[in-house]
Amino acid sequence: MISRLLSHDLPNSRILAFILGALFLALLFAPFWVPSIKALNLAAKVLIFILLVASFDLLLGYTGIVSFAHTMFFGIGAYGVAIATNAWGPSWSAVITGALAALGLSAVLALAIALFSLRVRAIFFAMITLAMAAAFQTLASQLSDITGGEDGLNFRLPELLNPSTVWWEGNPFGINFNGKMLTYYLIFVAVLLLFLALLRIVNSPFGSVLKAIRENEFRAEALGYRVVHFRALSSVLSALFATAAGVLLALWLRYNGPDTSLSFEIMLDILLILVIGGMGSMYGSIIGTVIFILAQGYLQDLLRMASGLAKGIPFLPALLSPDRWLLWLGLMFVLAVYFFPQGIVGKLREKKP
Amino acid sequence: MSTSTTAPTPATPAVPPAPKRDWIPVLLVPALALLGLPFIADVPVWLTLTLAGLAMGMIIFIIASGLTLVFGLMDVLNFGHGVFIALGAFVATTVFALLGGWVKSPDAITQLAAVFAAMLAAMLLAGAIGLVFERLLVRPVYGLHLKQILITMGGMIIGEELIKVFWGAHQVPLEPPMILRGSLSIGEAGIETYRIFATVIGLVVFAALVWVLSRTKIGLLIRAGVENGEMVESLGYRIRRLFVAVFVAGSALAGLGGVLWGLYQQNVIPQIGSQVNILIFIVIIIGGLGSISGALIGALLVGLLANYAGFLAPKAALFSNIALMVIILVWRPGGLYPVAKR
Repeated sequence: MISRLLSHDLPNSRILAFILGALFLALLFAPFWVPSIKALNLAAKVLIFILLVASFDLLLGYTGIVSFAHTMFFGIGAYGVAIATNAWGPSWSAVITGALAALGLSAVLALAIALFSLRVRAIFFAMITLAMAAAFQTLASQLSDITGGEDGLNFRLPELLNPSTVWWEGNPFGINFNGKMLTYYLIFVAVLLLFLALLRIVNSPFGSVLKAIRENEFRAEALGYRVVHFRALSSVLSALFATAAGVLLALWLRYNGPDTSLSFEIMLDILLILVIGGMGSMYGSIIGTVIFILAQGYLQDLLRMASGLAKGIPFLPALLSPDRWLLWLGLMFVLAVYFFPQGIVGKLREKKP
Repeated sequence: MSTSTTAPTPATPAVPPAPKRDWIPVLLVPALALLGLPFIADVPVWLTLTLAGLAMGMIIFIIASGLTLVFGLMDVLNFGHGVFIALGAFVATTVFALLGGWVKSPDAITQLAAVFAAMLAAMLLAGAIGLVFERLLVRPVYGLHLKQILITMGGMIIGEELIKVFWGAHQVPLEPPMILRGSLSIGEAGIETYRIFATVIGLVVFAALVWVLSRTKIGLLIRAGVENGEMVESLGYRIRRLFVAVFVAGSALAGLGGVLWGLYQQNVIPQIGSQVNILIFIVIIIGGLGSISGALIGALLVGLLANYAGFLAPKAALFSNIALMVIILVWRPGGLYPVAKR
């Protein structure tokens, strides 16, 4: 049963299986064992990033092409919901229309970019997506009538999802059964289903062709697979899942702006997460996200301690300053690409006797 | 702008209709300039914008020439090129701070000496860091495009953070000395003195690159290496050393471009590299990866279009560059002067 759900792509490592199981339970019961808003925010962020990074893995890890426009699709999803609810009020039909419109726009854009740049030369893809993403971000911050510009959009969601909507009066152990919790579970279920769908895709015959293209483009072409078509389809699918992640982000934050969903920093985060967690394995996105979020929180504390200890030594305190945590993550990223290109998950799976 | 000193592009036998000298791309620059005229409608404004655009193009060219060299010969897609731009600009701020007396001196020669000192220091430091960058990051991933992109992107993150360690994460002002401020008027049109200065530097860089590539033995080896690296090696030349030299030269040019770009913007932020990166990617794709002349034409086109679009429709400025790239690639899928066969 579990094997079928996971498309027979089991963790294949006891440690990995244990970690994944623990994480699943932790996220499932997050509203109960950490009843603070801050912790629940963290849990929702983990969920959304898992989906976002997993969708990027379809492109980078399985198809072997680098896109820097992933946050563009993430942003389209978030803006879709934001703009629609802003224009038509907090109704379910607005949310759904916005999400569908965003999915449609993402699919068309992804297809256009993919057909254009992949046909010319596959390495153009990285550069052209980078330029597109930058242009899109500028556009979003300039069309302030529609997108709210740099300030972004605050919007209301359907009644049911409002934090003030209490659907069970009981309040045991200070746990609130309100709309916020319902939103959390909506995101949880959506991420779970979409993640399983991604697992299904990469373990399907289609996924095998993608891996074949990644390993040897010419051989795949010689075997009769149209490389351009498969790459384009993979890029569209990946964009659609990223858009879905953006929709979920908008539902959770009830706000969207250029910095929350479109910024290049998020793109770099996705790249760091995936490479450290493990490219070419969907579970890599889960492990990577959790490590990254923990690092974001605790690496800075650790660095603060270290820079306190290094006081008096020239330069060391500046290098160890908590603001420079990205430096250390960047180093980790480079080392990961060199020494364990399969990431943490690859390492764990390898150890299987 | 006359670009009649176009380098003889190495004719690639793989592309059948490769004429010895291909003038059509050169004509694109005046064509675009003329195309802008009816839209702007005001001749002095048009002239001002055109001159400004060409000068901006020259600065972009200096930065892009390094990247296109690195790509053309080494087949290395260096996403970390922007770090050297930022490094160059920040070195210039330090040099200006150290030579504060020179910058503020009433003597024009002394002021220019400070600028040249900054450019020299930036080139030397960027070249030296380029050597380290090549050794540590790029060398293990020759021939692996995917890993190159990832590694150089990682290098970009680390480099940007290191710049923040040394110079702080804030915006640093970088004002040109008095001699390079102000502007020169031609009839009713005007051009800033600094832009003339940048154009001269750009022309010198272009002439030097064309000369080295087409008239010296090193250039011959580099062009031969682009065509067929193995053959060059089998003739007894160490192509690795050439690779390193080209990477160092490319980084140094990025450093120089960084100084000019910083002075042009009059301030420097650590993210300057990743911002300019996007512009130069568009330029080298338009020009054809590996082609110096292509990079120059691409840079001039981008510079012109950026100024026209900035005047006519500021919101469409970035998209105008992308649209230009799309049109060029539909016309010539390998860019204006495709050099690298890969």
